[in-house]
Amino acid sequence: MSVLTYIESSNGKIKKNSFELASYSCELAKLLNTDVVALTINSEDVNELSNYGITKIIKVNNDSLNKFKASTFADVISKAVNHTNSNYIVLSSSLDSKYLAPLLAAGINAAYVNNVIGLPSSLAPFTIKRTAFTNKAFSDSSINSDKTIIGLSSNSFGLIENSVQSEIEELNVEVENSDLTVNSSEKVSGQISIADADIVVSAGRGMKGPENWNLIEDLAGTLGAATACSKPVSDMGWRPHSEHVGQTGKPVATNLYIAIGISGAIQHLAGINSSKIKVVINNDPEAPFFKAADYGVIGDAFDVVPRLNEKLKEFKAQNS
Amino acid sequence: MKILVCISHVPDTTSKINFTDGDTKFDTQGVQFVINPNDEFGLTRAMWLKEKQGASIDVINVGNSSSEPTLRKALAIGADKAIRIDADPLDGYFVAKQISEYVKTSSYDLIIAGRESIDYNGAMVPGLIAGFLKINYVTNCTKLEIDNEKVELDREIDGGKETLNCTLPLIIGGQKGLVEESDLRIPNMRGIMQARQKPLEVLEAFDCSSNTKTIKFYKPEPKQAVKLVSADNLDELINLLHNEAKVL
Repeated sequence: MSVLTYIESSNGKIKKNSFELASYSCELAKLLNTDVVALTINSEDVNELSNYGITKIIKVNNDSLNKFKASTFADVISKAVNHTNSNYIVLSSSLDSKYLAPLLAAGINAAYVNNVIGLPSSLAPFTIKRTAFTNKAFSDSSINSDKTIIGLSSNSFGLIENSVQSEIEELNVEVENSDLTVNSSEKVSGQISIADADIVVSAGRGMKGPENWNLIEDLAGTLGAATACSKPVSDMGWRPHSEHVGQTGKPVATNLYIAIGISGAIQHLAGINSSKIKVVINNDPEAPFFKAADYGVIGDAFDVVPRLNEKLKEFKAQNS
Repeated sequence: MKILVCISHVPDTTSKINFTDGDTKFDTQGVQFVINPNDEFGLTRAMWLKEKQGASIDVINVGNSSSEPTLRKALAIGADKAIRIDADPLDGYFVAKQISEYVKTSSYDLIIAGRESIDYNGAMVPGLIAGFLKINYVTNCTKLEIDNEKVELDREIDGGKETLNCTLPLIIGGQKGLVEESDLRIPNMRGIMQARQKPLEVLEAFDCSSNTKTIKFYKPEPKQAVKLVSADNLDELINLLHNEAKVL
């Protein structure tokens, strides 16, 4: 019985969230007194994983896996689970991994727990902490199954560097097909996606109109951050729906969330609550967001944001 | 076309979240329950398909009698028949098993669920049903068009979207985008009256166990008060983010 973690790639390159996944899986394997195996699909360079304690890597390379397809990828992972005789499978909280996880669970007859935010608190029964009620509560869930799939919430565990030697095994798999076809995918290029970002700069109605978003984009550019927005902003068409964060939009779990001109409706806060540090900039000292934030600036966004951007540029120049 | 919409009965977004029975159960006292928002987008999409293409809509819930008002609301919005599997929804696996067993006895062309419920956020029911029944599955679905047997869908991906094609039968995990919030329907008096006459079948649960169990719920620790930084001293904000919070 091993711990198997599925490491995602994008265009052959290992995704950034993988190192947190690797760190977590190694610590989990230590607790369970077993070994850890990382599975990569069409990754070109897997060596970086050995900086995070991964001693064994299974590489699956197959041209028919160039496009992500949940059922096919779940099938490949299930073959790796059987091959390594793994009882614990660790997945990221990317949309792709959340898509394939229940298919994998049904395929290998495993229990699935997502939104996991730590290592198990007990091994018998296997008990693990997760968020529930859209980040308004936590729960300890115990598992009653031989196999368990853990969906790790991003930025909930952190990185543990541990340089080791990794053994690499290439695994050939037959790829099954279905009549479901992926035609095209559009990604906003040159921008960091909300899911991949360490920092998210988000703005609301306080920006007064889409023409003022250059202030937000400039600040995000300085910080290497993704941009996001509140629901009214996407409803009014100022920004694309893909930027809407909150209960019915995207969940955000970043290290730093900067909310500018967002009052902080409960639906918005539910979506961003699992971000580590929240900064609010708002000219209304009564805005509910101040109750949910770690740091706050009461002031006009049109005055504060450009000055903050200049100061951050200086800070970046000194600290790089 | 026969459509089944899976309805989760969840506390309204603005509800106070409290727990009871030694923090093992959600405290329903004084809580308003609603159709899970992600399911309601799907139900509304199903109504469009019914009106344009003459589909029939069944709605299903796994729950005890307390979820019947939520099913009646779905009937008032326009579903034709409701099914309640009479059991406590123990976990996502249990609910998916119940619905899968029901679907085996009554075939559907299209099953619509939400991408996740807003209470337990398990995000697994439609995917498990797809896995149990071996049918096509698309989640985070933001567009659904059906022309005879041909289906066109959009799926939200991290940083963008993709378009997919498949045939029926199909199950989706729906979300905003399938329809917009302004498209959601508030039941009118006629709908509410008709809903009283529509069938609501109560079925015995299929015998199966859950594979997870919630041992204890917690609420987050009360947050420390926000640290306010003067708008004239933004260097201090950067200093705090760098040295105290260590996020810069």
